[in-house]
Amino acid sequence: MSPTKDRFISSILFAIASFSITALFVIGLFIFIEGFPIILRIGIGKFILSTDWSPLEGRFGILSMIVGSLCVAVGTLIVAVPLGVGCAIYLSEFASKRTVAIIKPAIELLFAIPSVVYGFVGVLFIVPFVRTHLGGQGHGFCILTASVVLGIMVLPVIVGMSIDALQAVPKVYRDGSLALGATKWQTTTMVTLRAARSGILAGVILGMANAIGETMAVIMVIGNAVVMPNSPLDSVRTLTSNIALEMGYATGEHRQALFATGVVLFVIIMILNAMTRYVTRKRIA
Amino acid sequence: MKRPHPKTQELIAKTILSLFAAIVVMTLLAIVGYVVVKGVRVINADFLFGSPKSMGREGGILPFIISTLYITVTGLLISIPLGLGSAIYLTEYTSEGWPTKVIRFGIDCLAGVPSIVLGLFGFTFFVRLLNFSWSILSGGLTVSLMILPFIIRSSEEAIRAVPSSYRDVAFATGGTRWQCVTRVVLPCALPGIVTGIILAIGKCVGETASVIFTAGTSLRIPMSMFDSGRTLAVHFYLLVRETGASDMAYGSAATLLISILVVNFFAYWLMRKFISRVS
Amino acid sequence: MQTDRESERIKIIVRDFSFYYGAQPALKGISLDVRENEIFTVIGPARSGKTTFLRCLNRMNDSIANTKRSGQVMLDGKEIFAGDIDVADLRRRLGMVFAIPVALPKSIYNNLALGPRMRGIHSKKRLYEIVERSLKAAYLWDEVKNRLHESARKLSGGQQQRLCLARAMALEPEVLLLDEPCSGLDPISTRKIEEALLELKKQYTIILVTNITGQAARVGDRTAFFLMGELIECDLTERIFTNPHDERTSDYLTGKFG
Repeated sequence: MSPTKDRFISSILFAIASFSITALFVIGLFIFIEGFPIILRIGIGKFILSTDWSPLEGRFGILSMIVGSLCVAVGTLIVAVPLGVGCAIYLSEFASKRTVAIIKPAIELLFAIPSVVYGFVGVLFIVPFVRTHLGGQGHGFCILTASVVLGIMVLPVIVGMSIDALQAVPKVYRDGSLALGATKWQTTTMVTLRAARSGILAGVILGMANAIGETMAVIMVIGNAVVMPNSPLDSVRTLTSNIALEMGYATGEHRQALFATGVVLFVIIMILNAMTRYVTRKRIA
Repeated sequence: MKRPHPKTQELIAKTILSLFAAIVVMTLLAIVGYVVVKGVRVINADFLFGSPKSMGREGGILPFIISTLYITVTGLLISIPLGLGSAIYLTEYTSEGWPTKVIRFGIDCLAGVPSIVLGLFGFTFFVRLLNFSWSILSGGLTVSLMILPFIIRSSEEAIRAVPSSYRDVAFATGGTRWQCVTRVVLPCALPGIVTGIILAIGKCVGETASVIFTAGTSLRIPMSMFDSGRTLAVHFYLLVRETGASDMAYGSAATLLISILVVNFFAYWLMRKFISRVS
Repeated sequence: MQTDRESERIKIIVRDFSFYYGAQPALKGISLDVRENEIFTVIGPARSGKTTFLRCLNRMNDSIANTKRSGQVMLDGKEIFAGDIDVADLRRRLGMVFAIPVALPKSIYNNLALGPRMRGIHSKKRLYEIVERSLKAAYLWDEVKNRLHESARKLSGGQQQRLCLARAMALEPEVLLLDEPCSGLDPISTRKIEEALLELKKQYTIILVTNITGQAARVGDRTAFFLMGELIECDLTERIFTNPHDERTSDYLTGKFG
């Protein structure tokens, strides 16, 4: 085994490791190339800011979808963050080891359930519930329903990262506070949570990214009407569902517009990912 | 206004939070339990091994199980070597310079690409450009992109868990870096790596958005890599769209869930063995 | 310091060797000789550079980033930091035993066979010979000969350390580098290892880093006293312990600091 052979292996491994970034680049490139002509024709401003999505007449404005995606994302966070962070706090600071041993795998299992099953359950239970008790334009297929469904889907991410962030807080912080006579709860709110802030925030941003990127579950429960929402009970369409629904039969410019939508999605997710990294990098030494 | 005593505050908080945790667990049990219970009735030998009838609305789901298997295996065959190789580079061979930082950024971003965008890419690149058409191959390639970052991350974690003293021994005994990796680090990290792969299998099986545009929706058993094939998850989605909450839908969902649960439990069991081995 | 007759028996020559972690000097201008077939002990308080010194001898410090070194280290007259040196081969010639016994999660047999296998020896017969020979030399054979295929992690601390010694010897080295090998071991295990060393020096050159001054007195032929990265004194063990030249040496030996 000579040193040159070792160097050779090192180069091969480097090439393999570079595959991911190459793949990412190729993916971005292709989506961009396919979508670019339409953006060139309409102009990026009009594409993003117009609510008029009429493929048959050659008008492509995705603002309603952007708003739809954002509303769903926000709704998801409203559902998932209190539940998720609260659960994480309980598991990390208060629960007994046995409880954690039961609950943590349960949450990780939530993560493994396919999104289509979530959508299915949403259609079975949440849609009728919303329809009968809350009414609304969407007849149950609305932002609220999607938020609940996605909220549950995104829980494992938020709970997982929050628990990690809380566990990463050094024990001495807690001990110091307890030694001053604070209760566990006071310690948690005033010391531990504050210290774990960036990690929890990163988990929230990641959860938001997941919600925006989710397709199948959303399609099944959100109604998919191309309108600007006026209330959480309205039916909307998200960027992802737009692509999924129309890809099957779109041709020519229509298809290009869908790719352009993909580009917008891609960019949004990249920004959110960059934010996650930034938030976790901003550690005070 | 009189503020409640800190101890009372704590009690209230504890109760509310434990309620949250209970809600989370209950939800899981409810979702899984309901689907499995309703669907298990439909599952029998005919269902699992029979062919679909009337456009998939009745009959069996054998072709879909087979397609799912083919696509999963294809995806794994591609992403395991690439993922493991990347993980080995990032843990044992890197000098943490700027190329490595760029690579890590790339992996993180790839992890964040939504499955529908991957499906879009797979459609343009594999199905159209490379002319693979709707096929197991296209589907497998796309799915491998989806699980690659996950395999890299879990392998990296498993490798990092190997104590550095083991590496010291390998080097002091006259080993090269590659010998250290293959003879000491990898054997030790193997359970963790395999766990990650098993969990990735779970993700493959449940994947829909990236598969539907690349592997197609054919009802037949795929005979080669270039045949189109409908996975179980895709079939389930189409069933719900077309037939709502039918027996077939429940049956498919139950099969999906049960197989994923079994896979995940196996992964957990393996993980516990890993932890006891390294400590 | 050395006569012409002794100079041909010198195994390792260190001349004005310095080593830096970043800007921090860990070793300052060390010069000493290690004779063949002697037990050369290195003593000194914590942070005096003893372990760094040892790890430089088999170039284990190569993988640490941001280090600097100067000076010469020669094994059998050849500079070990020369560009054409095969580092893996160097590390086989200088077998190292660490302070904390590290038994790999493999069988006893495979722990010992690891080195030879990496060197290219695959014949079962030869491997078994090597395993038996090394275990006997480490005074461990009798205790484990019937359970060679059991996990090495089941051995006691003292046994594991002797396993590590055997593992180092399985490579048929010329020099043994031992870094505080008896730290954390009970007196009986310590005694066993010291006995083994006294027997082994007939075949190998041994450099033993220890912070138990008594151990140096028991087994060392010559002793070097390191303090804060400097070599204060190096001489026959007997002379260092009974009549040290430097005041700091006598202070350390009498326990004025530790």
